[in-house]
Amino acid sequence: MNVAIQCRDLKKTYDGKLHAVAGIDLKIQAGECFGLLGPNGAGKTTTIEILEGLLEPSSGEVEIFGYKWKTHGRQLREWIGISLQETGLSEKLTVREIVGLYASFYRNPRDSDEVIEEMSLHEKADSWVGKLSGGQKQRLVIATALVGNPRILFLDEPTSGLDPQSRRQLWEIIRRFQLRGGTVLLTTHYMDEAERLCDRISIVDHGRIITSGSPALLIERLCGTQLVEFVANNALGEVVTDGWDHLPGVESVKRENGNILLSVHEPHVTIPALLAAAQQRGLRLEHLSTRQASLEDVFVHLTGRHLREN
Amino acid sequence: METTIKKQIEIIELDKPVPERLLPVRLAAQNGRWSGYWHLLKARLTELRREPGVVFWIFGFPLLMAVALGMAFRNKPPDVSRVAVIASPEAERIVALLNSAPHPELVRADVLSEIDAHHRFQFGKYDLVVRVKDSDTLVYEYDPTRPESVLAHVVVDDQLEIATGRKDRLQSSTRTSTEPGSRYIDFLIPGILGMNLMISGLWSAGFVVVDMRQRKILKRYVATPMRRSDFLLAISTSRLLLMVLEVLLLLGCGILVFHFHIVGSWASILLVSMAGAFTFAGMGLLAASRTQKSETANGIINIVMIPMWMLSGVFFSYEHFPGAIQPLIKLLPLTALNDALRSIILEGAPLRVQVPRLLVLCLWGGISFIFALRWFRWT
Repeated sequence: MNVAIQCRDLKKTYDGKLHAVAGIDLKIQAGECFGLLGPNGAGKTTTIEILEGLLEPSSGEVEIFGYKWKTHGRQLREWIGISLQETGLSEKLTVREIVGLYASFYRNPRDSDEVIEEMSLHEKADSWVGKLSGGQKQRLVIATALVGNPRILFLDEPTSGLDPQSRRQLWEIIRRFQLRGGTVLLTTHYMDEAERLCDRISIVDHGRIITSGSPALLIERLCGTQLVEFVANNALGEVVTDGWDHLPGVESVKRENGNILLSVHEPHVTIPALLAAAQQRGLRLEHLSTRQASLEDVFVHLTGRHLREN
Repeated sequence: METTIKKQIEIIELDKPVPERLLPVRLAAQNGRWSGYWHLLKARLTELRREPGVVFWIFGFPLLMAVALGMAFRNKPPDVSRVAVIASPEAERIVALLNSAPHPELVRADVLSEIDAHHRFQFGKYDLVVRVKDSDTLVYEYDPTRPESVLAHVVVDDQLEIATGRKDRLQSSTRTSTEPGSRYIDFLIPGILGMNLMISGLWSAGFVVVDMRQRKILKRYVATPMRRSDFLLAISTSRLLLMVLEVLLLLGCGILVFHFHIVGSWASILLVSMAGAFTFAGMGLLAASRTQKSETANGIINIVMIPMWMLSGVFFSYEHFPGAIQPLIKLLPLTALNDALRSIILEGAPLRVQVPRLLVLCLWGGISFIFALRWFRWT
């Protein structure tokens, strides 16, 4: 398989002090959808803008299909389509005019009308950009990225601030691009987005990659597949948090504000044992629930923090 | 439990068969070298046309200003000096003398009591108080700090002397001039043209670029294969096209409304205007080269603009300023532009006379452009 994006020991320092990016290595195969996942300020945007050729790294190397930005900048720009975290579009131009304008920058662009149609913007083709809704604007941003018929899509938080309906629409657009053989690199701080879209992800924190792999693999490896969550009270109403490690099938135990979180592989084995143990010790269980482990749990497991909190 | 169910539904929706539209994409015709430039220029002009504010400031505002100022200074009747003669036996004779003088229309004389005369003089109703001491001796009371009072003093004295038989030793004749070519409006229109070229050059090259940078439009552009020179070229071209419109509209309006007469050649006017547009576009780009916020750009542009607005002879001649600073004023680009426009439009001066002024313009413009390009930031 072809390597689409590769970088080695990427570092970016602002004013010689702050390490926005502190040594990132990536190797993304052609046709892959790769996600950079992390909280705000983790260095995702700096990383993706270096890969897009918009920022110079302080050190480290970037190759896109084996070419470097310094020597083949123009050629590489023909091959990539991007959506910035905040993209400005001229408010007083129409959808058709904007897509046509971006198409004019590329040597072999796609048919503008087909792109507009694919983004479900054909009804708005002659509306001013200023009159579009948030979701429509974001689809127009993606349209400007797709109209150059790119081989790689760089999407920096493509769905932040969108309603669920628009997010799902965008996911489908991204999947379709990938199914046509395109490579996607996206950043997000939405777990479900990464789980749904990405073949592989890297979790980024403080400018470094803490772990990489497919979402399912990461969850499986770090959190087990299922989580059993409950609160246990004794007869006096006090919370009891210890003594759960030896239940069958439990891989790890975590305590969070009095809540007990058990990582398990087979809940049907663990739960009956849990109920029996509680009864035996004269404890009352509250809020007993089981759920699928998510990337959020992976992140908490690795950093002790939640992704969305700041 | 609820969230789990929801997730299941979403997955089902996403995993439905891929739509049949997943055929290879349809490509448009291959783009040529200038396709990006043409589209940028077209987009720029379209945006301008849809921005009513821009249309007003570039076209409406200078026209309104020319019309308003032109009206204000057009048909002003000659000043009448108002004189209060303090009541006395001889007062009526003085009034009669003024009325029989060669130009009775220059003076309006009234006989008033002493208290009234002084009171109204103080409030500016009269420009001069005349007290008759005896038949041959007059006392003029006037305020030397009020130009109309000074004028009244001279006019009344002059008229009375002539009426009582003064013989002038010098033979002189006068001719009034309100013909096209030497009126205030004739002075004004080239000045407004110059001012307008400055304003729209600084704004459309400077402010617009900063605005696009602030809204990350520039950043998005440079992530495409767009040639950066094409972008700057498109901005400059749109400026030149607008310049031609501005010149034609303002001068055309002057010709139609004020019977403005253009002595020099249109080609010279357009050439000088082009130099002006180039200069101020360069200065605008320089002001915009690194500025991140449009508010800052606003301030910088005003700092550049306001001194020239006042010093460079837009509304009145800079000859009024002290001689010591006049060489400096002449080095300002707007002064050079205004002087060149006036001498071509009003005097029909040939282009070769304008070389020093064009040199001043090109130096300002050229140096600005060089630094603007060196410092220019896209993000």
